[in-house]
Amino acid sequence: MEHTTDCAVRMRHITKTFGKVVANRDVSLDLRAGEILALLGENGSGKTTLMNMLSGIYYPDHGEIFIKGEPVTIRSPREAIELGIGMIHQHFKLVDVFTAAENVILGLPGSPVLDRRRLEKEVADLAARYGFDIDPAKKVYDMSVSEKQTVEILKVLYRGAEILILDEPTAVLTPQETEKLFAALRNMKKDGKSIIIITHKLYEVLSISDRVEILRKGEYIGVVDTGTTDQDQLTEMMVGRPISLEIERPAVERGEKRLSVVNLTCESSEGVAALNNVSFDAYGGEILGIAGIAGSGQKELCEVIAGLSPALGGAVLYSGEKNGIPVQENLLGMSPDEIARKGVSMAFVPEDRLGMGLVAGMDMTDNVMLRSYKNGRGLFVDRAAPKALAEKMIGELEIATPGVDTPVGRLSGGNVQKVLLGREIASEPSVLIVAYPVRGLDINSSYRIYDLLNEQKKKGVAVIFIGEDLDVLMQLCDRIMVLCGGQVSGIVDARSTTKDELGLLMIHVEKFDDEEAAG
Amino acid sequence: MLDTLGRLFVAAVLAGTPLLLGAIGEILTERAGNLNLGVEGMMFMGAISGLAGSYTYEQAVLAGGGTPSGVVSALVALVCSLAAGMLGALVYSFLTISLRANQNVTGLTLTIFGTGFGNFFGEYIGQNAGGYVAVSSVTKDAFSGLDIPVLSDLPVVGPLLFQYNWLVYLALALALAMGWFFARSRLGLNLWAVGEDPAAADAVGINVTRYKYAATIIGGGICGIGGMYMSMVTTSGVWVHNCVSGYGWLAVALVIFATWRPLRGIFVALIFGGLTIMRMYITIPGLPVQIYEMLPYVATILVLVVTSMRSSREHAQPKSCGLNYFREER
Repeated sequence: MEHTTDCAVRMRHITKTFGKVVANRDVSLDLRAGEILALLGENGSGKTTLMNMLSGIYYPDHGEIFIKGEPVTIRSPREAIELGIGMIHQHFKLVDVFTAAENVILGLPGSPVLDRRRLEKEVADLAARYGFDIDPAKKVYDMSVSEKQTVEILKVLYRGAEILILDEPTAVLTPQETEKLFAALRNMKKDGKSIIIITHKLYEVLSISDRVEILRKGEYIGVVDTGTTDQDQLTEMMVGRPISLEIERPAVERGEKRLSVVNLTCESSEGVAALNNVSFDAYGGEILGIAGIAGSGQKELCEVIAGLSPALGGAVLYSGEKNGIPVQENLLGMSPDEIARKGVSMAFVPEDRLGMGLVAGMDMTDNVMLRSYKNGRGLFVDRAAPKALAEKMIGELEIATPGVDTPVGRLSGGNVQKVLLGREIASEPSVLIVAYPVRGLDINSSYRIYDLLNEQKKKGVAVIFIGEDLDVLMQLCDRIMVLCGGQVSGIVDARSTTKDELGLLMIHVEKFDDEEAAG
Repeated sequence: MLDTLGRLFVAAVLAGTPLLLGAIGEILTERAGNLNLGVEGMMFMGAISGLAGSYTYEQAVLAGGGTPSGVVSALVALVCSLAAGMLGALVYSFLTISLRANQNVTGLTLTIFGTGFGNFFGEYIGQNAGGYVAVSSVTKDAFSGLDIPVLSDLPVVGPLLFQYNWLVYLALALALAMGWFFARSRLGLNLWAVGEDPAAADAVGINVTRYKYAATIIGGGICGIGGMYMSMVTTSGVWVHNCVSGYGWLAVALVIFATWRPLRGIFVALIFGGLTIMRMYITIPGLPVQIYEMLPYVATILVLVVTSMRSSREHAQPKSCGLNYFREER
């Protein structure tokens, strides 16, 4: 790439502290006009803080910012947008009851009387220009996460942003949606926009960006051209030491059948068929992966097994024993509490991360107690045992928290997920269902979680892992079941399958192959 | 029969107008995300201020040896009640928006304060006036039914639609204007966004605090006018102890019934107005009068039950209503 002086953004020697915490120390950044720059770093490395100073949310303690060569001070998001800087945050700020078009024009000056038809056309034209697929008259509450993100992007484009900052835009998207987003970003680049994308997913960095800037622990580490780097170099710069990207898959002898799901059928809360004749078995000492496009029935499957929602038909048979005799019990119809006591445990991390099962305002001890408080006898709850367990979890899982008394809502996403998973594991389940446990986590935390799952597998637990990232599923799991539109489109051996095979299964249901099902 | 229905309609409009004013004032407030339960209090404040304003004006003019003008007297009542309602809402706004006090508690306190304020000064002025306070016939005439040329003389339609006092038309005009404001204007969209999701509004540069103050104070002023209607029209310019008598609370319930839409508020206020005075027009032998008096409140409960079962998002309470807004800070 040419060395040009016309940088869209230059940030020089930026330092920002919050109390005693240094979020950024002497960080510099150049964004060239018309390029896509990836800002790479682990959670807590100061990527978002740095960008928030560019978008007017924070004000730097030291350092200078130049936009197109001019020194500027940015004191509010409004001033940022006047300078042509628009940031798309991880948490969308959209009014649910408004349409896409209404959200796009909200707060802008203009004629006092709204001409909705004209505005909708403007928004539709803008969307079409960059290849976004959106209905401007659609209400936000009817939208998928990906559509909401599109509205946020259109919002800043409509305001004339020349410099776009996207904060982990793909954390909530499916692979297909990510591809669409990247196509749109490339269109914007062609249109002369300069783009910064914050991420910690290496393959995305390699596929979309022109250059990569790496931060670690709030400090500037370096910039590399994407064309001349690879995953190993980036990882090393990001983490500070070379780490293996291989996910371990310990060979464990498959144990006995723990859970047998037979012809399970259910409806979603909206009354649409969500699961259609789903059958599979889960064995001890094995990780069964479940793949599928978002909304293919993963959530409903979790909820039915955990007893949170009813099924229309089928059975969930749990292999336990009664008086020393092995029996199969149907979990359907049991309360979530009874199911959990049988040893079926679930950790579900939804899109907004603060998972099902944790209360944000309560501290770790109380959240751990949610599982155990019923075990106590007498009138008063026992706080000592859960507190000890919480402290043990902090040590074992490397949870970064000021202490067990801090509300879990204040912890970072990765640590919240560790608390959730740690608590479920502590109840010593025989079947552990985890859904999206590494959603939004950086490399180190993700690998810690894979290790935890492998430990459970070695202990003979039947682990069911619902995931998004096919690479991870293929490396970590023993077998992968693919859901498509609420049906099982195939169960394959993770060691021999290919990404193409899984991708095909994810989009259509073939005639069910009995040999594969037996896997 | 038709005649009775006609008279019931006219009475319903007259009884429904203060409800409509209270309801649209509260709709404006809640659309900005503030649940102001002080409607009753602000109506009391408007009721006594309007009456006291007119009365003081008359006394001042009479003391100067002149003749009071009905139009001026009515305008004084309007301005005084508006100001009193706005003052109550200003205190509420300062406490909830700037100091972030709990909205429910602040609103309830405003109701208690306003009720005491109204009754205290009502009695006080009455004592000084020698027993009770009442405005002169000039002012009373200014608040009686209008005689619009041609229209008021139309057969059937005239008495049904064109012979009300000017406050009825003012209330209707306000409701229509507010309906247009929310549906079609840019400011209305911004205000609605503030009530739905102040963080989203803030992010696009809308001054949340300014919108909340403006909407709550203007809404309070409209409630004050509704209170003035009670003292000047319903009780014909005489201070009656506890004259607002729960109309403020009915207005709060009407907001829910009207699903936060001013135009629907017109019909709802008419129905509730009718329910409150039905006993005087339709008598069922043997039915005790208490049953009739219960009707508006029974209807309120039914409405609350029915609306709580409905799940449409547009027709629900503004999402952040009742919650104070803190800008996210680290």
